[in-house]
Amino acid sequence: MALLEVNNLEVSFVTRNGVNKAVDDISFTVESGKITAIIGESGSGKSVACYSMLGLVPTPPGRIDGGQALFDGNDLLKLSEAELREIRGRDIAMIFQDPMTCLNPYMKIGDQLIEPLVYHRKVSRADARQRAIELLDEVGIRDPQTTIDNYPHEFSGGMRQRVMIAMALINEPRLLIADEPTTALDVTIQAQILQLIADLQKKRDIGVIFISHDLAVVADIADQMVVMQTGKIVETGDREAIFENAQHPYTRKLLSAIPSGSKVSSDATPEPLIRVEKLCTWFDPGGNKPVVKAVNDVSFEVHRGEVLGLVGESGSGKSTIGRSILRLVPVTSGHIDFDGTDLTSLEGTELKKMRRRMQMIFQDPFASLNPRMTVFDTLAEPLLLHGIETRKTVSQGVLKLMDDVGLARAFVRKYPHEFSGGQRQRIAIGRALATRPEFIVADEPVSALDVTIQAQILELMSELGREYGLTMLFVSHDLAVVKHIADRILVLYHGELVEQGSGEELFNNPREDYTRRLLQAIPGRGLLGISA
Amino acid sequence: MSVEAIADVSMAEEGTSLWQDAWRRLRKNRLALFGLVVLSTFIVIALLTPWIAPYAYDAQDLDLGATPPSAQNWLGTDIFGRDLMTQIMYGGRVSLAVGFVATAVALLIGVTWGAIAGYVGGKVDAVMMRMVDILYALPFMIFIVLLMVVFGRNMLLLFLAIGAVEWLTMARIMRGQVQSLRQQEFVEAAISIGLSPATIIRRHMIPNALGPVIVYTTLTIPSVMLLEAFLSFLGLGIQPPQTSWGLLISYGAETMEEFPWLLIFPGLALTLTLFSLNFLGDGLRDALDVRGSGD
Repeated sequence: MALLEVNNLEVSFVTRNGVNKAVDDISFTVESGKITAIIGESGSGKSVACYSMLGLVPTPPGRIDGGQALFDGNDLLKLSEAELREIRGRDIAMIFQDPMTCLNPYMKIGDQLIEPLVYHRKVSRADARQRAIELLDEVGIRDPQTTIDNYPHEFSGGMRQRVMIAMALINEPRLLIADEPTTALDVTIQAQILQLIADLQKKRDIGVIFISHDLAVVADIADQMVVMQTGKIVETGDREAIFENAQHPYTRKLLSAIPSGSKVSSDATPEPLIRVEKLCTWFDPGGNKPVVKAVNDVSFEVHRGEVLGLVGESGSGKSTIGRSILRLVPVTSGHIDFDGTDLTSLEGTELKKMRRRMQMIFQDPFASLNPRMTVFDTLAEPLLLHGIETRKTVSQGVLKLMDDVGLARAFVRKYPHEFSGGQRQRIAIGRALATRPEFIVADEPVSALDVTIQAQILELMSELGREYGLTMLFVSHDLAVVKHIADRILVLYHGELVEQGSGEELFNNPREDYTRRLLQAIPGRGLLGISA
Repeated sequence: MSVEAIADVSMAEEGTSLWQDAWRRLRKNRLALFGLVVLSTFIVIALLTPWIAPYAYDAQDLDLGATPPSAQNWLGTDIFGRDLMTQIMYGGRVSLAVGFVATAVALLIGVTWGAIAGYVGGKVDAVMMRMVDILYALPFMIFIVLLMVVFGRNMLLLFLAIGAVEWLTMARIMRGQVQSLRQQEFVEAAISIGLSPATIIRRHMIPNALGPVIVYTTLTIPSVMLLEAFLSFLGLGIQPPQTSWGLLISYGAETMEEFPWLLIFPGLALTLTLFSLNFLGDGLRDALDVRGSGD
């Protein structure tokens, strides 16, 4: 018998603008000892489906319209809140995307770990603590005897996710629901966490629902796949069937959105536009703490017209390099030569003139736009500031930019919150292009986006790059994405340059261990034919 | 280009979109509109008082004494036989002026000070905020008494003195807001476009920090009015025959058992003002939040 059997589940949200069907008549089963992946873009209803079964969708505005969710033969949808509370955390446990916001920052992780155990199993605190230590050890936390008394901020992102997993497992649940558990993590850490989840699942023979927007992430671990689009299930099947013989066009679209292949090297003449020499950007955290050497003695060139990929994990200094070139952070030492001008010594109007020639596209399209400025104001600001358009002609300039980045002109008076993530990123790209820059730093421009949107934005950026004759520094933690768009790739580790070369060279013939590790961490590499 | 898009763009060309939008949203909020109407009425009456007041502000009729509301004196008279309505109208001039001018002073200094400290950060921030701390620590009464002793009793000085004390909290609120906005990527984007710090503060920081500032402002105006009453009561503010709502209320409170109207009517004027301010403040805060439900 299936561990969880969902039949004809329907969930809708009642808003002022009408009833919104979030989950529309879906049925699937989860077997014990198997990993079932639910795949879909944001808004596809994949999380709502799982949350509604556990009574975690607030009602109102949510409303369960019908269906069954049989867990052990009990219909979860019919249970009272008190009965559900008994099941949540004991028989069914969850892990979430962002481990920092899910842990109470003022409680030691040990106390948070044993809380569900004491609550559900009525064991003594001493026994619970012993159990927590064993479990921390099992999920790969070093030194659990002492680290159990640490606070959440003392762990790195990956380690916190391990703590979350330990917390989910402490009551020996039979079903684990993982909602995008690796989306906020670096690729290398992601690979470790995926491995950990797969191992624990096998060892404990539990059922796992793995929710993700990214097919590649689950490519290596999922047994069963459920593909959702706008509230409906469009395809189900085991892993091989989906990856080798997808039937539904949407599944195929998701598959093709996984970045693969590499850029055919453009005809970039190796004439340097930017020359970075012995760049050091250090941060002094104050007090007696040691100086953080975010970027340490890095030298490289960016050629006119090329896309240079900058790859590394968080903390590798890759974003800081981009920000140093744009003079958004103070440079400690070294030189940055931009077309014959030393950027590090510019001030005042000289700097303002230079700023026009180089722009930035940010990672988070929700934070990079002023929420109180309409698209028009956002795009008009740089146009007017640099005298590219006059007050009379500015609306034409704004509309031209909107056309270029593929935004409907009718949106010109809308505010950022009225757009989706992909559309917002288009606005941000439009703003960066407004000054007619020669050089753009793109700092993880697609990592906050769904895979299908990611593919569109990458396509847009390549196109505009050609059209505007741009030189680009493309910063990302995702080697597959960078290989897709960049002519050459630099690999950074702990603020230092480790390796550089073309995408093909790095992928087929990595010289350094660290590069090899990054390559091995690319999810689904076996299925996608990436060698390492 | 669609007709709609053309219309949209011509609207945008006028440039003040945030405030236009805010006004459009504010108009839908009945309570806020009520507040606005009441406040405007009070302000208009206050401006016109010398011409429309039924009696002169210092006209007494000692034989008449305190009388309840009547056809001659709509709101009654006080123990000196002065018309209460006239008193409230003249008192409103002082109270509203103190409330708005002192708050405007506080707003101007506080927002600028806090925004600069928060934006520039580092040593500048440390020095500016220590100055705020020192002023906080200074006993308010001593400060006022000193000012009065040095410059003599003067209405304008009273405004300045109150404003100079009230801006401290405003500066702290603004600094906190700006510090958190400073971390946002849209501010970095503004820097990389080449905007000057002053423009970034004005265009990108202040509009995003307005919410808490407006709420605090609507709380400051009434507290300033009460502060004035307190100072006047101590003999440091307004002196008879000039008056203010605060003074009228404190006199009214002394005689409330025999002549309750002397407390009720000035109290009503102040309460109505405070309610209106709160409604308007809430409405403004919602109206300025473009993510609000207005659309």
